[in-house]
Amino acid sequence: MSGVRLAAGCLLAWFAADAAMASETLQQSFLQPMGPVAQEQFTHLLRVVGITMLVILPVLVGVPFILWRYRYSRPRGHYSPEWEFSGKLEYVLWGVPVLIVIVLASWLWYSTDKLDPYQPLGPEPLQVQAIGLDWKWLFIYPEEGVATVGELAVPVGRPVELTLTTDTVMQSLLIAPLTGQIYAMPGMTTKLNFAATQAGEAEGENTQFNGAGFGRQKFIVRALEPADYAAWAARETDGLTLDEDTYATLRRRSVLADARADLGLEKRAEPIRMMLGERDAFEQIVAKYHGHGDGGRHGAGTVAGHWGGTGLPESDAGGAGQ
Amino acid sequence: MSGGTSPIFGNLNWNVTPYTDAFQHPDSSTIIGAGAASVLVLGAIAGLALLTYMRWWGPLYRNWLTSPDAKKIGIMYIALALVMLTRGIIEGFVMRAHQATALGTLSAQESGLVAPDHFAELFSTHGTIMIFFVAMPLLIGLINFVMTQQLGARDMAFPVLNQVSLGLTAAGAALVMISLLVGQFGTGGWTMYPPYTGKIFSPGEGVDYWLWAILISGMGSTLTGMNFAVTIFKHRAPGMHLMRMPLFCWTSLCVAIMLIYAMPALTVSSAMLALDRYADFHFFTNASGGNMMNYANIFWMFGHPEVYILILPAFGVFSEISSTFSGKRLYGYTSLVIASMSIAVISFTVWLHHFFTMGQSAGVNIAFGIATMIIGIPTGVKIYDWMATMWRGRVRITAPIVYLTGFFLLFVIGGLSGIILANPSIDYQVHNSTFLVAHFHNVIIPGVLYGMLAGIHYWFPKAFGFRLSETWGRRTALLFVGGFVFTFMPLYVLGLMGMPRRSPTFQNPDFMPWMYLAAFGGVLMMCALASLVWTFWASYRNRVALAVPGGDPWNGSTLEWSTPAPVPEWTFPCIPQVSARHDWGERKRAGDPWKGPAAYTDIEMPANTVHGLLIAIAAFALGFAMVWHIWWLAIISILAIPGIVVIRGLRVIEPRIIPAAEVAEADRRFRRLVENLPPATRADEETERNRGVPDITEFAG
Repeated sequence: MSGVRLAAGCLLAWFAADAAMASETLQQSFLQPMGPVAQEQFTHLLRVVGITMLVILPVLVGVPFILWRYRYSRPRGHYSPEWEFSGKLEYVLWGVPVLIVIVLASWLWYSTDKLDPYQPLGPEPLQVQAIGLDWKWLFIYPEEGVATVGELAVPVGRPVELTLTTDTVMQSLLIAPLTGQIYAMPGMTTKLNFAATQAGEAEGENTQFNGAGFGRQKFIVRALEPADYAAWAARETDGLTLDEDTYATLRRRSVLADARADLGLEKRAEPIRMMLGERDAFEQIVAKYHGHGDGGRHGAGTVAGHWGGTGLPESDAGGAGQ
Repeated sequence: MSGGTSPIFGNLNWNVTPYTDAFQHPDSSTIIGAGAASVLVLGAIAGLALLTYMRWWGPLYRNWLTSPDAKKIGIMYIALALVMLTRGIIEGFVMRAHQATALGTLSAQESGLVAPDHFAELFSTHGTIMIFFVAMPLLIGLINFVMTQQLGARDMAFPVLNQVSLGLTAAGAALVMISLLVGQFGTGGWTMYPPYTGKIFSPGEGVDYWLWAILISGMGSTLTGMNFAVTIFKHRAPGMHLMRMPLFCWTSLCVAIMLIYAMPALTVSSAMLALDRYADFHFFTNASGGNMMNYANIFWMFGHPEVYILILPAFGVFSEISSTFSGKRLYGYTSLVIASMSIAVISFTVWLHHFFTMGQSAGVNIAFGIATMIIGIPTGVKIYDWMATMWRGRVRITAPIVYLTGFFLLFVIGGLSGIILANPSIDYQVHNSTFLVAHFHNVIIPGVLYGMLAGIHYWFPKAFGFRLSETWGRRTALLFVGGFVFTFMPLYVLGLMGMPRRSPTFQNPDFMPWMYLAAFGGVLMMCALASLVWTFWASYRNRVALAVPGGDPWNGSTLEWSTPAPVPEWTFPCIPQVSARHDWGERKRAGDPWKGPAAYTDIEMPANTVHGLLIAIAAFALGFAMVWHIWWLAIISILAIPGIVVIRGLRVIEPRIIPAAEVAEADRRFRRLVENLPPATRADEETERNRGVPDITEFAG
């Protein structure tokens, strides 16, 4: 048992080493965890692989053995063609999987409960809001009065509560080295609670296909020491404020680099940093989908109203899908 | 969509073909698109020319397209599936080739073999085709062909309905095929989650192609389920108690029940999405009270049972071949029946595991996670039962056994990744990643595909009178095993490394070695496909040497092996009286199993009819008209379908009577032939000495 788990661990660790080998690329795997949630997910993975091996190894070993021993061309051992039932064997065939599933199910219960993404990891988590746009992520820091596109910074040691929504189709936000993913949907909010235990950089991404720019909807995640985080939060902005005008530009279907160009910044895949105009921008964007205001009773093409309405962004009217 | 909607041609115009794109922006992506359309057009022309040149139109119409014979309908289903399989595998290969060239940067435009939208069309059609137009027709076809013979029935309970089901499936497949040439397919994946697939974010015909293909073929599958269930309940031969049915019939019964209960959920979710798109309903829109989560919920209420609809017939096949080729009785018949039925029932209780990450509470996820693990118990039991079947047997390593071995060794790895994914806490990490892609290919390829190909190899002589080449069969099986390993094992690694599924581009250079491995796997899969085609061709050329007119080439123990190969239209000269679980085997033990019946009677067979074909044509026209907003055609075809049914209902249709004398003559000829053919021992099974008459003294199971 422990040997099996060791072997499985080695195999996965090798994948992890492979994943982390190149220094140039950002960490994007939970096999190299940077926080307690991903750490526990990795441990649980090893646990599940180890336990399940108990029923799998007999097949992997037994089938080649049976084929070799009982092959027609040169059989060894008995031939008992009429043997079709054994009560004792039945107990084993049903009993062992039942026992294993009982063990696995208990662990599943424990780990799912423990890693519930809605549960804060400690008191006073840092509140960050994420809005999925096509094809970039907008992060709002109501405490700091800052908004970023394509960059999420969190202080090491302090729990984080990320509240998510989208202002387009369904998306799914994943920061593998820190925590799992959760869907984000317009007019609805979901939450991811996590914490970073070591400083470092990682890549976050959308994993739910949402059109041509999907492959480039990534963002950089910086886990910073508290002092560095304070400095980060106080840094200069790009001279922009997140208001309805800049938001209208961001809301267009474009990848980060193109959005920067649209905002008059240099066209690079670098994060955008803005002052937060209205502190409740996130709530207003969620509320767009709840009936008041323009309510979205219009098809593609006619977009108006607060925070860009609920239809297609202006620049895309009539052009999407072509 | 340029210009308005024409009253005659709807949204159709000359710019809908991929040739426009290829002329305006010639690059690898548009040229591949135009090339695929050309293959479709040239293939169709070649097919029509061949039919004309060989003067096959008449026979095709008389013997196949208008035939209500379940065995022929089964063969047509499988032929359809193999055509679609060819497209599906080629698409898979193009996707592998694309991703092997898709390393990019965040700032640069996506590069690689095909454009992102084209890539999205590829993964959408690939998934749709493989599930609905390869796996489903393969298993429905095999059940059609095999089940009636194993039950001792002459035909399905509703032969014409069966024809209609085939017609609807073919109409759906034709819609997916024509989307290569006329317009584009949707880009929302085979699940087509709104709101991305709603009218706002996906205007145009793409999603509609998917919707109508699914609505039409889904209706056919529901009807098939009813047909199977009634046939099993009402048309078994006398003495064929439920607990005497071969395992394949049991899994067919499970499939029938699941089709009846699962397919309507798909029809409902697709119909709701269609109402959203066509009539401005707001079931799944972002605003106006729509809720996109309901789509995922209803879709997967179908979607998870569907997985077991696909796998259970393969489990039936493995039960038959493990016993036959081990020369041994099936171990744990009752266990296997209970396990199959448990799977069928539990499969309706696990659908939520497809969206653990939607944001519901931990308690809900725990309940569905545990339900998912429980379904692993009967599945595990089955695998051990087949191993026990081979234990202390005399296993002949034929092509089906190579598939079975591949299944054993690979499927358990798919089971492992399934158990991993059943844990919500881990699923949060690997959901929507290529780990998931690897997992479902890991259960569907070794499970469904290997199972169906093994079944085709096993029952092919019953359909066509000659065996398939064992050498080429084994080569094909090994190539499919190797192709799977190289294509999908790297995807597990990539998923753990954090690569999302459906990625038209990625930026991590560490992915590349795995991408190259997977692309090599794609090449192996193409070789496997070529080898499969070659197996059929080489065996056809060698059909005289491979002929098994005796009808029992594997020394089997179930009823279908008691008849000639190819099996006559009426299957059994007299409906057999069944007295044991392995009735044909018991007759072999009793000696002289080929004794003819004392007397022959006239046989009533359902008369040929063109109604199924007409309904298929009308359904295709309906789908095509709705996709392109050609309203007049849509109205005509939607009226035509019930019209055809009513017209048939108003006519008195006499069954076709096959006179007793004709049956007697054919049957006596078969009995004489069997007497004169030299019995073949199992050592000679793969040689020309195997004429389909086994040495029954060897029968021991």
